[in-house]
Amino acid sequence: MRDVAVIGVGMTKWGELWERSLRQIFVETALVALDDAGVDRIDSLIVGSMSSGLFIGQEHLASLLADYLGQTPVPAARVESACASGGLALRMGFIEVASGMADIVLVGGVEKMTDVNGHEATYALGTAGDQEYECFHGITFPGLYALIARAHMEKYGTTREQLAMVAVKNHDNGSLNPLAQFPFKITVDSVLNSVLVADPLRILDCSPITDGAAALILCPVEMAKKLKKPIIKIAGSGQATDTIALSSRKDITWLESTYQAAKKAYTMAGKKPEDIDIVEVHDCFTIAEICVTEALGLVEKGMGGKAVEEGLTTLQGKIPVNASGGLKAKGHPVGATGVAQAVEIVEQLREEAGPRQVKAARVGLTQNMGGSGGSTVVHIFERG
Amino acid sequence: MPTPSRFWREIPQRYRLEAGKCRNCGLIAFPPRIICPACKGRKFEPITLADKGKILTYTIIRVPPQPFVDQAPYAVGIVELDDGVRLMGQIVDFDFEELKIGRRVKIEFRKIFQDGESGVIYYGYKFVPE
Repeated sequence: MRDVAVIGVGMTKWGELWERSLRQIFVETALVALDDAGVDRIDSLIVGSMSSGLFIGQEHLASLLADYLGQTPVPAARVESACASGGLALRMGFIEVASGMADIVLVGGVEKMTDVNGHEATYALGTAGDQEYECFHGITFPGLYALIARAHMEKYGTTREQLAMVAVKNHDNGSLNPLAQFPFKITVDSVLNSVLVADPLRILDCSPITDGAAALILCPVEMAKKLKKPIIKIAGSGQATDTIALSSRKDITWLESTYQAAKKAYTMAGKKPEDIDIVEVHDCFTIAEICVTEALGLVEKGMGGKAVEEGLTTLQGKIPVNASGGLKAKGHPVGATGVAQAVEIVEQLREEAGPRQVKAARVGLTQNMGGSGGSTVVHIFERG
Repeated sequence: MPTPSRFWREIPQRYRLEAGKCRNCGLIAFPPRIICPACKGRKFEPITLADKGKILTYTIIRVPPQPFVDQAPYAVGIVELDDGVRLMGQIVDFDFEELKIGRRVKIEFRKIFQDGESGVIYYGYKFVPE
């Protein structure tokens, strides 16, 4: 297996991009990554998109995007693992380069979510849950994470305020990210007084509906050495599954797929949780960040809420989590999220993250999760 | 709108709580499965789920999906039945303040929702006070 490097990253402004289509958003973002890498040809395109079919009525996405990128006849594939589609695209691109099947791969993620109304968007997102045994009973995604939150509060004493502090921290970070959908600060009080969506979760516990894309250029490390840029190597990649029905899990508060995916990535990279300098995690809801930091082994089981309260996960903390603003403040165009997490980590390891730069970051981790934890993809990056 | 087959295919589970019990390790699968996730056994015998249990966790849905708009706010929870099976469903006939983790409930056959004014009416199980 060949070592793989990230030589280009691309992000564009996220938000409600009424005036732009999926293909425009994708191509604009992919060009940023191609220009950053300084390449004009690719051997393959992998794109993550959760539900272009339900959001814009367009499947066969990979060929469409290869065409609009001016790259036909390169092979192109669209991959899907609900909200982990972007992370999965990165993993597939990594495998393609590592195996020698391709040298230069463009990994993209994209979702155009505002071409449908709120009910249709809720339905599309709900398809990540078990249609026959969860959604049938009227549960929603905020509802599923509310079930996790209630159980976590009961079992470990996690407080409502600690949940709010996750959102406050991520907005603090997001206020330093000009590409974020919500680049402004919020307070604990504003979270606690925001409208209830699914008790105990309120609207400011939830990531938003977002249009956006992100892109990466991968190539073998040997090839990357010829470029005059810091080499950011993909040191580990792990992926795991779990039941998509939350009710089928042995422990509702524990994200086993995240634990298993992280274990594989740590082993491949030869790293332990204490070796990681910076983390981007899937904070689709505030409780998710708390559970994920536990499953990644960054904090002890049950201590995720306390870690936030003690400031361990702030930009200046022991283990900065979601320097980009996370899904909460940066936005959550579902299929793009996992790719954008990698964009942030690469910029941090290159020391190009501007006002939100984490000092002396050499090893970073991304965790991208599908549904209520039915799938997780974890990657570990290291500056060479 | 789904075809009728998607509706009647689920009737044995939604109306009658039909599950499968692994002949090898005793795991109860609901809905029934072809292969046991615990021991990989492929032989199951039909069994009916327990109709009582306790609340493991719950939430109150304030922003509902379209088919449930006229029901909101409503409670949904995960209940552990007395046979160990965990099931998601609406928890009804409680004041919200009475809901509590550990509270005993039983299963009742209820209307879940319907497809518009004149569409299919979906029935199934809900949890009510024991």
